[in-house]
Amino acid sequence: MRPEVNLGFAAAFAPALLDPTRDVPAAVAGRGGKPAGRRYDVYRNNVTVSLIDALAAIYPAVQRITGTDFFRAMARVHVRESPPSSPLLFEYGHGFPGFIARYEHARTMPWLADVARIERAWLDAYHARDAAPLAPTQLAAVAPERLADLVFTRHPAAQIVRSQYSAVTIIAANRDSAPAERIDASAAEDALITRPEFDVVVRHLPPGGAVFAACLLSGQSLGEAAASALDASAEFDIATNIAGLIEAGAFTSISFGDAG
Amino acid sequence: MITANKPATVPLRFSLPIGGIAGTSFKPEHLPAILQAGPQAGFFEVHAENYMGAGGPPHRALEAIRRDHPLSLHGVCMSIGGPQPLDRAHLARFRSLVARYQPALVSEHLAWSTHEISFFNDLLPLPYTEATLRNVCDHIDEVQEAIRRPLLLENPSTYVTFRESSMSETDFIRAIAERTGCGLLLDINNVFVSATNHGFSALDYLGDFPLSCVGEIHLAGHAEQSDDEGNLLLIDSHDGPVADAVWKLFEIVAARRGPVPTLVEWDSKIPDWPILQAEAAAAQAILDRCKPAAQTEDRHAA
Repeated sequence: MRPEVNLGFAAAFAPALLDPTRDVPAAVAGRGGKPAGRRYDVYRNNVTVSLIDALAAIYPAVQRITGTDFFRAMARVHVRESPPSSPLLFEYGHGFPGFIARYEHARTMPWLADVARIERAWLDAYHARDAAPLAPTQLAAVAPERLADLVFTRHPAAQIVRSQYSAVTIIAANRDSAPAERIDASAAEDALITRPEFDVVVRHLPPGGAVFAACLLSGQSLGEAAASALDASAEFDIATNIAGLIEAGAFTSISFGDAG
Repeated sequence: MITANKPATVPLRFSLPIGGIAGTSFKPEHLPAILQAGPQAGFFEVHAENYMGAGGPPHRALEAIRRDHPLSLHGVCMSIGGPQPLDRAHLARFRSLVARYQPALVSEHLAWSTHEISFFNDLLPLPYTEATLRNVCDHIDEVQEAIRRPLLLENPSTYVTFRESSMSETDFIRAIAERTGCGLLLDINNVFVSATNHGFSALDYLGDFPLSCVGEIHLAGHAEQSDDEGNLLLIDSHDGPVADAVWKLFEIVAARRGPVPTLVEWDSKIPDWPILQAEAAAAQAILDRCKPAAQTEDRHAA
């Protein structure tokens, strides 16, 4: 064992980086030993601004909806409360949708947190492991009497976000530079996020579709998933839904689970 | 299933070392323009962390770039200068990228960015003492062991100094290179920024810098602010063209060191590809001019 050495410099330097109420650390200096002052503030600014920029990159639709000033003020509070714990910035911000839901000044936009959840899922799908999606012909080859026992393997990019609001319509209108239009936010919409090859796709699931897809993605059989979906919505149509999920690239393979 | 996630290696298609060629930061928005232009003489540098996801478009873009150009893998977040042990998961991801993409150059920073569990996303400074020197050397040993090749360590740009520092930055860096066998990435903009901020001579710093260990040079733009006393404070912003003073210092270094791979870094307010390409062409012209002088020096030395 080598002797203990004094490496307390980081403990002295770090705490004030995200806390403007703390004093500039005395361990560092400017020219001629003068207090570091604005020089230390360069680091504070780099840290805070770069992390706000990271959130803005992950949540472009949220920023477009709120406007830049609102977004940056909101993001600043979150960055100071919950800095990243991973050096991979594309993993940052999983707590941001929950923060938005609690953020006092966003209460007039109750759907904003769900828009953020879809954007976070969008980036997870973007970076997910590459995998070839299930070919539709594979399902066609299954004997009809065995369909109910069929189990699907989730594609690494596939995710569902459920919303009591029109989150899918809102996000579709705000992820590009199309002119803003008035949207009725009150219709519940569930989103399926997939990336069958390289392009992330956000789809609006039909009634019962989110329950159905969630059951299948968690490994339940086709029969179980269809029963749950019918419980959730009498309008549920199994043929449309399974074809839609396969076309979207939600799965990579099929098997017969324990029974197979 | 351990091998399932092991990426296939991209075979080397360029003889190493790559020599005195100029390169640019690779920005995904430039990919269509780069691919349309076809293979070029330069190299591309990427921030390793941007390619640490499992899959998707980033890897597809990097494979497309790597197919026809030498690659420089530039780590930003290893926190080599920090007091806590290196993040083993992060080191494993870094090693995996080196194995997969077989970069011509691999570099990291003399800085830290993580403390306890918080990642600050900035290159933070450290004091230069015997204790921090041992700590940095241990971390570099660990990285080099993991990637099984020498790392190029980049000199920092700083805005403050630590009262406890007991040696100069150049002595500190020279000792690191001697003790670990690592190479050095000389960022000339960082030298100019720090020299301005702390009131020392950039030429003196370069005179003290162990140029023989330099395996890559960085050039970049900076921004201007002022400190509490009204002194000019330069910010290492990478958001504009290389400053005239930095070009001059580069000419001096290139004449002394001879041609080495030289990167024009541009990470923010990113211009169209032809503008970045023109900056690299300006660096290439200086590298090309210095070749005969360097060869003369080599013969002289032999």
